[in-house]
Amino acid sequence: MQKTSITNWNKFPEIEAEIKHYTLGSENNPSFLKNDFSPRGNGRSYGDASLGEVVCSSLRHNKILFFDKAEGLFIAQSGILFSEILDVITPNGWFLPVTPGTKYITLGGAIAANVHGKNHHAEGSISRHIQFIDLLLANGEILRCDRSQNSAVFYASVGGMGLSGLIVAAGIQLKKIESTSISQLQLKAQNLTEILEFFHQYATYTYSVAWIDCLKKGKQFGRSILMLGEHSKQKEVRNTKELFVSHRKNSINIPFNFPGFVLNDYSIRWFNTFYYHKNLKSRKELQSHYDTFFYPLDSILNWNRIYGKRGFIQYQFVLPKENGKTYLEKILKRITDKGWGSFLAVLKMFGPEDEGYLSFPMEGYTLALDFPIRKGLFQFLDELDILVKKAGGRIYLTKDARMSSQMFKDTYPKLKEFQDVIREINPEMKFQSMLSKRLKIV
Amino acid sequence: MTYKFNHLLILGANSDIAEQVAYQAAKERIALTLSGRNFEKLKALQSDIQAKHEVTVYIRKFDADKINEHQSFYNGLDEKPDAVLCAFGILGDQKLAEKDESWQNIIQTNFTGAVSILSIIANDFEKRKHGFIAGISSVAGDRGRQSNYFYGAAKAGFTTFLSGLRNRMQHCNVSVLTVKPGFVKTKMIDGLETPGPLTAKPAKLAKAILTAMNKRKSEIYYKPIWWFIMKIITSIPENLFKKMKL
Repeated sequence: MQKTSITNWNKFPEIEAEIKHYTLGSENNPSFLKNDFSPRGNGRSYGDASLGEVVCSSLRHNKILFFDKAEGLFIAQSGILFSEILDVITPNGWFLPVTPGTKYITLGGAIAANVHGKNHHAEGSISRHIQFIDLLLANGEILRCDRSQNSAVFYASVGGMGLSGLIVAAGIQLKKIESTSISQLQLKAQNLTEILEFFHQYATYTYSVAWIDCLKKGKQFGRSILMLGEHSKQKEVRNTKELFVSHRKNSINIPFNFPGFVLNDYSIRWFNTFYYHKNLKSRKELQSHYDTFFYPLDSILNWNRIYGKRGFIQYQFVLPKENGKTYLEKILKRITDKGWGSFLAVLKMFGPEDEGYLSFPMEGYTLALDFPIRKGLFQFLDELDILVKKAGGRIYLTKDARMSSQMFKDTYPKLKEFQDVIREINPEMKFQSMLSKRLKIV
Repeated sequence: MTYKFNHLLILGANSDIAEQVAYQAAKERIALTLSGRNFEKLKALQSDIQAKHEVTVYIRKFDADKINEHQSFYNGLDEKPDAVLCAFGILGDQKLAEKDESWQNIIQTNFTGAVSILSIIANDFEKRKHGFIAGISSVAGDRGRQSNYFYGAAKAGFTTFLSGLRNRMQHCNVSVLTVKPGFVKTKMIDGLETPGPLTAKPAKLAKAILTAMNKRKSEIYYKPIWWFIMKIITSIPENLFKKMKL
């Protein structure tokens, strides 16, 4: 079979894979489930999830099966993109209950990664809004699972990284909106202590996320901009023609991989300083389209090329609330001292842990930052891992390409429950990936 | 553009090209009857179109190979269409067809099946003195080549059938369009490397098909460059052509 070179969004690792496609009824073809493969959506994870010698793409399996415009129940095949869902639902006054920072992900991928968004502290991960999943099992059967029927399979599949089977369809409860605008409040925090206080103080906002300057040392260590948002009410939108607009602006494209020298410590430091000072006042209110608020980077097509052809690691960890601040300080200090920080480091407060045996979030704080791949990076991240583990936190599987299997085992306490389900429904490891092999998940 | 037809029947609606035609027709509020072998896929296509567009969409099971069922298929439609697109087809396996009898399937589906159902529909359109017929043939039908002459022969037959039908329907306000795509990025050619500038996107082809139908055109090549390419290929003397590896 023909092999194609593929990577996920961070361009590391890059592998040669055979790509096959799932479409309705593929399982009836005897050769389809003969050999193992890795289920794959739109390749927007960061790392080695959904990579393997053979990958099975869901992208051609992307039809809407049911959309109740009155009640907001939405059922679709797994390969549909969030962008396509938004195009259909927002004109009807509905929104995705949870969305990460890109809309170019598939529904199936979002569930397998159990993605979270700016509203995690208030509304949890996407699994909480999933009504059911139709899962293709290793034996060719399609099993419907939810919280009451086949619940163990459900919990092994939300956040299960595609290892329990191929998600072929799912039902999701949408969120009612009165407009496609977001009313924003942006606050500048002088340092780390202040931003963490802000998160608690403004926890009543549905959406909150902070950009943090991961290079600033001294008194302003941890200076940040907190971005808060609510879906604008109908009466808040001045131009009634703009109540429901599914697209906002044209995008620009990064046409090629930037050469390494473009991205150096000076340019990143300059960018961070600029970004912090772009808000002149400490408090700024504005109204924007949801695209601007949720998907700022989607407007720069192929932004991952900024980090060059060697790619980058997006290091995302969570720390539990109790000692979160102490360890966040320690880790951030290591990062500022190293001076390897990234353009956009994102800090967010999480709400309670989600269902799903391998789900990432836990009540506390999560930090995500990009590190272009360079010599010594993995060793440095291993050192950070030790701190994350000590704090009782963990690393997001969806963004991992390098942690040790020991680190994984020590930080995902429901691994045994997960493995028990997998042994039952995927005994021959028909569904696996480079991630599952590297971390010895099953 | 305002469309002169209100209800489009698509035969073989699960093909990539047909699907795109369906979406674009739905966007123009043209009612649809989608037919094909895989009913589950039709159901998914129907719900998807109806979630995106306010338009009537019927679905019907249809098998091009079961020609004795074609009349009852057409009689049983929920509503009679005033336009039809014949989009089904199989590429087949040339090498296999040289050795066994699988060439029969290639001829059966691409030619016999298409002739059967379109004859039935043409008779109805003729009676109603109104209608738009379109068939997706192929540039492969313009000249036989060793790499796919069974498929090419079936499409050549289909092209000739359409041109004869067009001639007959000329007098009763029924137009017949022959669509001759070159390479199209569809699942039919999965794994096949095709030259980018000569390869069409299904969505663009779909738009071209609807426009040509509406303008009552007789024949289109897509991409248009294929008209020129095929002019050259068909003008090569046979004695020379037979020695070429094509």
